[in-house]
Amino acid sequence: MTHLVLAVEAGAPELVSGGFFAQWAGIMLVAPFVAFLLIVFLGKRLKYLGAEFAIGAMALNLVWASILFVQNMSHGIFREENFEIASIGMFDGRALVFELGWVVDGLSIMMYFVVAFVGLLVFIYAVGYMHGDVRVTWFFASLSLFAGSMLILVGSPNLIQLIIGWEGVGLASYLLIGHYWEQKENSSAAMKAFYTNKVADVGLILGAILLGLAIGDFSFAAINEAAANHAEPLEAVAFAGGLLLFFGAMGKSAQFPLHIWLPDAMAGPTPVSALMHAATMVTAGIYLMARTFPVYQDLVGGEAARQWMVPIGVITLFAMGLLALVADDIKKVLAYSTVSQLGYMMTAVAAGGYTAGLFHLFTHAFFKALLFLGAGSVIHAVHSNNMSDMGGLRKEMPRTFWTFVIGSLSLAGIIPLAGFFSKDEILATLDHEGYQAFMWVAIAGAFVTAFYMTRAVALTFFGSYKGHGHPHESPALMTVPLVALAVPSVIAGFLNIPGVEFGGFGNFTTWVGARVVAMGDHHPEAIDWTLAAYGLTAGGLGILIGWLLYGKDAETQLARDRFEIPVLYPLLRQKYYMDHLALGMVGFTKGPAARAVDWVNTYVLDGIVNGVGGGVRLMGRFVYGGLDQRGIDMFFNGVSAGADSAGLALRRLQTGRVQQYAMGFVVGALVLVLAIAVFN
Amino acid sequence: MELFESGWGLTLIVFLPLVGALVNMAIPKTNETAVKQWSLFVAVVTFALSLLLVVNFDYGAGDRFQFEMNETWISAIGANFHLGVDGISLPLLVLSTFVMVLAIIYSWDHWEEPHNPRGFLSLMLILATGMNGTFLALDLVLFFIFFEVVLLPMYFMIGIWGDKSKRRIPGFSKEVETRLYASIKFFLFTLFGSAFMLLGFLALYFKSGDFGPRTFDIPELIELGTSGAFSGTFAFLVFGAMFLGFAVKVPMWPFHTWLPDAHTAAPTVGSVLLAAILLKLGSYAFIRISIPILPQEAENWAPAIAVLSVIGIIYGSLACLAQTDMKRLIAFSSVGHMGFVMLGISTLTDVGINAAIIGMVAHGLITGLLFFLAGSMSHRYHTREMSRLGGNQKLMPVMGAILAFTAFASLGLPGLAGFWGEFMSLLGAYNPLESLRAEYLGLFRTAMVLGAIGTVLTAGYMLWMLQKVNLGEPGEEWVGHEFHDADRYELTAWVPLMVLIVVIGFYPNVVFGATTDAVVSLVNTAFGEGAATTAAVTDVLGS
Amino acid sequence: MIVTQFLVIAAALFSLGVYGLLVRRNAVMVLLAVELMLNAVNINLIAFEAVIRSSQAVGQVFSIFVITVAAAEVGIGLAIILMIFRNRQSANVDDFNLMKF
Repeated sequence: MTHLVLAVEAGAPELVSGGFFAQWAGIMLVAPFVAFLLIVFLGKRLKYLGAEFAIGAMALNLVWASILFVQNMSHGIFREENFEIASIGMFDGRALVFELGWVVDGLSIMMYFVVAFVGLLVFIYAVGYMHGDVRVTWFFASLSLFAGSMLILVGSPNLIQLIIGWEGVGLASYLLIGHYWEQKENSSAAMKAFYTNKVADVGLILGAILLGLAIGDFSFAAINEAAANHAEPLEAVAFAGGLLLFFGAMGKSAQFPLHIWLPDAMAGPTPVSALMHAATMVTAGIYLMARTFPVYQDLVGGEAARQWMVPIGVITLFAMGLLALVADDIKKVLAYSTVSQLGYMMTAVAAGGYTAGLFHLFTHAFFKALLFLGAGSVIHAVHSNNMSDMGGLRKEMPRTFWTFVIGSLSLAGIIPLAGFFSKDEILATLDHEGYQAFMWVAIAGAFVTAFYMTRAVALTFFGSYKGHGHPHESPALMTVPLVALAVPSVIAGFLNIPGVEFGGFGNFTTWVGARVVAMGDHHPEAIDWTLAAYGLTAGGLGILIGWLLYGKDAETQLARDRFEIPVLYPLLRQKYYMDHLALGMVGFTKGPAARAVDWVNTYVLDGIVNGVGGGVRLMGRFVYGGLDQRGIDMFFNGVSAGADSAGLALRRLQTGRVQQYAMGFVVGALVLVLAIAVFN
Repeated sequence: MELFESGWGLTLIVFLPLVGALVNMAIPKTNETAVKQWSLFVAVVTFALSLLLVVNFDYGAGDRFQFEMNETWISAIGANFHLGVDGISLPLLVLSTFVMVLAIIYSWDHWEEPHNPRGFLSLMLILATGMNGTFLALDLVLFFIFFEVVLLPMYFMIGIWGDKSKRRIPGFSKEVETRLYASIKFFLFTLFGSAFMLLGFLALYFKSGDFGPRTFDIPELIELGTSGAFSGTFAFLVFGAMFLGFAVKVPMWPFHTWLPDAHTAAPTVGSVLLAAILLKLGSYAFIRISIPILPQEAENWAPAIAVLSVIGIIYGSLACLAQTDMKRLIAFSSVGHMGFVMLGISTLTDVGINAAIIGMVAHGLITGLLFFLAGSMSHRYHTREMSRLGGNQKLMPVMGAILAFTAFASLGLPGLAGFWGEFMSLLGAYNPLESLRAEYLGLFRTAMVLGAIGTVLTAGYMLWMLQKVNLGEPGEEWVGHEFHDADRYELTAWVPLMVLIVVIGFYPNVVFGATTDAVVSLVNTAFGEGAATTAAVTDVLGS
Repeated sequence: MIVTQFLVIAAALFSLGVYGLLVRRNAVMVLLAVELMLNAVNINLIAFEAVIRSSQAVGQVFSIFVITVAAAEVGIGLAIILMIFRNRQSANVDDFNLMKF
């Protein structure tokens, strides 16, 4: 089934169907699966144990996606290829059709590119990182499966294929997080990730049923078209369907309170964390919201649903950022940072900022992958995840250090790095859509972001080394991807400076906007420098305070990290009142607030999860032991046991003595005769 | 093809295994290789015949019975030897012949004590006749006979080759041998249901006399039924009687308690056949007999069936979480999965019934494979207690990987076969048959939500089992043991199942291609023209 | 022809038989008691036939049947008793409770 390209609203972009590369884009989706099979069956015989195939598939994808990316710059592409896999009901041409295929449009091209770019670099990095580790072959097979599932997801023209990719990603994440499954913590973390996502998937599946059956078609093109036309049946389910889809997105994109799986997911090897938390998996939820954006944008029910989504995004971005302040594990810092940044994206999309959310997704993919890989490089060198075992590494690991700093600055939103532009756009969206209060929370979040990243950099790279052995810079296989990721972390922001277009090639806004249904989000004409100043001030303040606390007097940083913060003399002398403010803020944010959130997270949310898990098991025991074995089964056993004991009692009559039987006859006969005599 | 057009093809598919079993008896007991080869040959030929059937089947007319054979059989009561295949029975028949081949390949090297391959294989072949016959029979008497024929071989399989341990059963004074308890329970339970089922059949037979010659013929009864011949209390009771018979076989909650015992006690191949095919006889009978002959009553009973199904889903999953025995866990998982199948049927829509059929096929493949694995593992570890297992992935990587694959398939991972049955039965429950919507829409939608929650619970126990059995370090007691990973017989039996699970997962048309027409026409004849299409889709854009 | 005398004699004979069946402990005597009861029935049959005079002599035919069956029964019965006596050195029916539950 092909969907006609209809300009449903004025302003819908003119689209072309693209050429060879759009027509055969499915090859990108299939390549990782081919690689998976090749790795499983041939991998062990090769020099790099199968990584060759994984990298080859990703390289092919990157070339392909880059070509599409460039083509999409000059002409917006829309192309769908569909293959029917099931068709239910053949009469009247009103069959319910399930299809697999691929869609090539602005959004999916951007995702193809990000997945391939980050994926390729992570794969190359992993060759170095996993050298000599256990089950390397299987690791690369799982990575390929992971990337492939993600491509199936983002290339999906309909909700059904999206669900297939969606849970495929979940499966691959289970395999990868639990890569060291000999330890129970790791397999439990893997289970937790899969299970939390499975809970959220109920929302996705039910949402898909609601929206799909409302119009009798599961394809995004049809749903979005119907939404843009304000189709009545879709409107009727838009609120419930929209919220259910969002619930699904909350799981994958780790929105509060379903974020709990993500920090635990750090149990996997670091390249997995980089892939999972930068370009793939966690972006799936944001992608889903963007893919079905017209449902939320054009329908009354969808708009109502958004009013519930924005606060969740805001809570996530702020509360989870605070958690990053108290983590000692460097990967956990990055994990909470990821959750917080996902909160930004979700807030943006929910507030109506289609482009803003996607742009942050785009830039975040680069610098977060960079940060994770940098952290991995450090972990590889010191054999510990804890920052209390690190320190002073900037001299030993200069390349890792510099790239990590670039990533941190980008994440902190410092001009002119990528993070500045994307975060600024989110603030602008919140401002324009009338969410001023939430905008201030987002600015406060920017402060927290800058602060915890400075802390991480200071604890890891400054001061003196507190671990064991002598750390060395990682091999080129690992540092080259770092450098390669640092480049877009710096420059990706220029792709979407408001008002700046690259000749006839448009900018990021027009590229991801190249879709059948126009995205009616607001695009500012130029950067709002007031807003930018707020964001920059927050970020700069965060870095400054962080630096003063941890970087300045590097040797005692650890002591201060445990809150025995002495009065900061230099600061006090120069800017007296600011110090008090800062200490109070820091003390509060790092102290009660963060601890409280941490406590809620550990005891309440995790407690609920564990409690529910335990409760369900108890219920299971009751149902089985009480109801099934002692109830229903007992009843059926009782019936047969009853027959059994009745037989036992009656067989006493069978004495085996002939004369007793004869006595029975005679007495019986006499009774009969008597009866006849009496009743006649 | 001439063989099929004449109707003899189907007869051959049904009776070839029986002939094979008889010939087996003529081969000396000591000549095991000959027995095995002959049995495998018979099974392969049967499978090949069913594949020929697949090739020759007219998919454009999947709603008709094809390759029919209709001969007078017992003229005194008007029972005919009537066989035929349509789109609904075709996938199940192929599943049956296919799994039989794999089961024989698997048992090549895996014999339970007492060692008697001839007896065991002969019983399997007799079982094949019963199963194939049930899927093809179009006459109630014939159907009943095949339905019952299945019982005996399974009874002997469990009773002779089953679990020899003894255990205490609540309500019994002495310890009972597990295999005896399980086999007798299985037999009596099913017989109990069958008695009512026979009563229902007889009632239909006598009632049909009011409208012409009395008949046991299913297509004729369908014609009578859809024209409204059976109604009122009579129809209500007849449906109830048949419901009892079929529900025990499915099994639906609360008639399921024979199943965990039978599965746990049965020898590996027995559990596989039990799970893969025997359970399908009940749900198939609902689609083939109950719904089209008594459509009015199907509507009356549908809400009750939906409720029982959902209870089965949740209840089965919860019970799984309490198990310590791996095989018993898998057995209980069947209660949940068949709950989805019955939920699909209870919606009475083409979507739901298609979901039920693909659910049956998927469950046959997946749970069959799970039982193969459980059997092979307990064969090696000599225990099925999950607390003692662990680190299986380390001891036997290939088998562990297959177990993980199958567990994910079983929890309904999209892209694998199990997904479609679950997803589509939820889809069906969202919009049940139009006439049910007025009163029961809320009930069915609640059932949908509960069913969706059931999928989460399913994921829970499957992951839990995987963690307990597969992951972690192997226990102390296994250190120093030599474990043989999956051997070539096992792989030959398992790999085709895995391939099919993936193929159906990505291309469900393999099944739907045959079933859709048949189901749509079934729903339309039973509930009026157009019932199927309106049930599938709430509304269409632009209408 | 007065049938009463015959019936009285038959009833007496039958009662003797019942008495013997219930109280005698020797298996042979029990068997003889059974014979008595059968013959009491024979007397009744003959007596009634004499009164009714049916065309096909039903009474005589039945009594001949009874005599034949009785002969067979005594034959088998004695054989069983003989076998039991050989095995158990006793013909006391109280010892014969092999057919107990």
